[in-house]
Amino acid sequence: MKISLKVNGQLREADVEPRKTLLDTLREDFLLVGSHAGCEHGVCGACTVLIDGEPSRSCLMFAVQADGYEITTIEGLAPAPGELSVVQDAFCETHGLQCGYCTPGMVLTAHALLEHNDAPSRDDIVEAISGNICRCTGYGQIVEAVEFAADRLRKTNLPRHARSDANNPGKPPFGGNDALGHGVLTAVQPDTPRGGRA
Amino acid sequence: MKPAPFDYIRPVSLAEACEVLAGDEDARIIAGGQTLIPMLAMRLARPSRLVDVIRLQELRGIRVEDDAIVIGATTRQAEVERSEEARAALPLLAKALPWVGHPPTRNRGTVGGSIANADPSAEIPLVAVTLGADIEIANTSDRTAMPADDFFIGPMLTAVTPGDCVCAVRFPRWQHARVGTGFHEVSARQSDFAFVAAAAQVALDDDSRCIEATLGLGGIGDRALRIDVSALIGHAPSETAIADIVRAAAKDLEASSDLHASASYRRRVAATLGIRALTDAFAEAASERGAGQ
Repeated sequence: MKISLKVNGQLREADVEPRKTLLDTLREDFLLVGSHAGCEHGVCGACTVLIDGEPSRSCLMFAVQADGYEITTIEGLAPAPGELSVVQDAFCETHGLQCGYCTPGMVLTAHALLEHNDAPSRDDIVEAISGNICRCTGYGQIVEAVEFAADRLRKTNLPRHARSDANNPGKPPFGGNDALGHGVLTAVQPDTPRGGRA
Repeated sequence: MKPAPFDYIRPVSLAEACEVLAGDEDARIIAGGQTLIPMLAMRLARPSRLVDVIRLQELRGIRVEDDAIVIGATTRQAEVERSEEARAALPLLAKALPWVGHPPTRNRGTVGGSIANADPSAEIPLVAVTLGADIEIANTSDRTAMPADDFFIGPMLTAVTPGDCVCAVRFPRWQHARVGTGFHEVSARQSDFAFVAAAAQVALDDDSRCIEATLGLGGIGDRALRIDVSALIGHAPSETAIADIVRAAAKDLEASSDLHASASYRRRVAATLGIRALTDAFAEAASERGAGQ
């Protein structure tokens, strides 16, 4: 059966068997292997993608059902190649991932939560990620990552002088230097400490 | 964990869906698929074809009427959870919904799907039984409504026959000024299948005497049950009075036993949660201001 869906903003087409899940289609037909196959029956959350902006399990949907929907996978979050979204970066900063298997699902779930609610309580975060299992059990840092990302996202909407450094409340941001472009997060260089940032 | 092959059909109207279902006994309806797809993946179900009804607008939406709130079968659980209208008109369902699966499964899972699946521990069927909802069913010849009590027969077993399609659930709305609700559940993990769940709704008059009360228990046996709490009506019961009535009713309940919870544990928890749910409901109703106050 022929289907066409919007994946990460691009119109994609595939000819799939009705029994093929959206997860398998994303991985095999579109080569978007960031969505992970875990339990394949809706328990673990590793395959979470955003369907029309809402987190859903891609193993619990056949590709034919997704015909015409807008899908966002982990590959679609970063603003540009080599860069990270605020949520992804927060996961790095707070060591919110260990083996990384659950991470795409966690990041997308957190991303969707922060789209609705930019000041989630700890309980809101725990509830939002309750359907995503981390078998390294690094939940503490994952919750911290989401809190950190929320904090950053809230501050991006404030004028610069009103922001405070996340780690040093009260201290002027960026050492008080308010020059144009100063303190803006630069593109990440992998394999260097703190993503290559000073 | 891959399903066996099947045909997939996306009808454009309810009538067409019913026709397909009538012509093929092994066809199954798929809406949100949050329970059906795992069953297909584990090959516990092997339908010949799936009839996808999720895009049928006639099965979708929340309609508030004078004496009822009608929720279309393919309305997603998350939509009901977020609807201010549904929250105001049906506070008991609003309290139960956060216990249904996880946020990502509620984004796709539907109200009608949960009703048609008839899991004994499921929250939406429990609320339907507790409030005495009517289930609207269509087939090729007519459209009928059936009380939830008659609809649910046993575990994953309903009065729906092959060829039928659940179209909507009609939850009654209580007209009283002071209504309170309570919902409690015990499961192994947050959002896992309930060992026992209890749902209660009460209405009080201006002197805080009970005019109407209902208590439902789920997870305990092979379907959700309504418990007789009519002894509460006409009184402003103390917590001990509530406890005595619920304990007496729960004592002889037929409870199932499995690896997770024995029958006697289920009965004990059912009584405790029933008391908590009713106590919450009374407290909430008492905090509502009546018309004469």
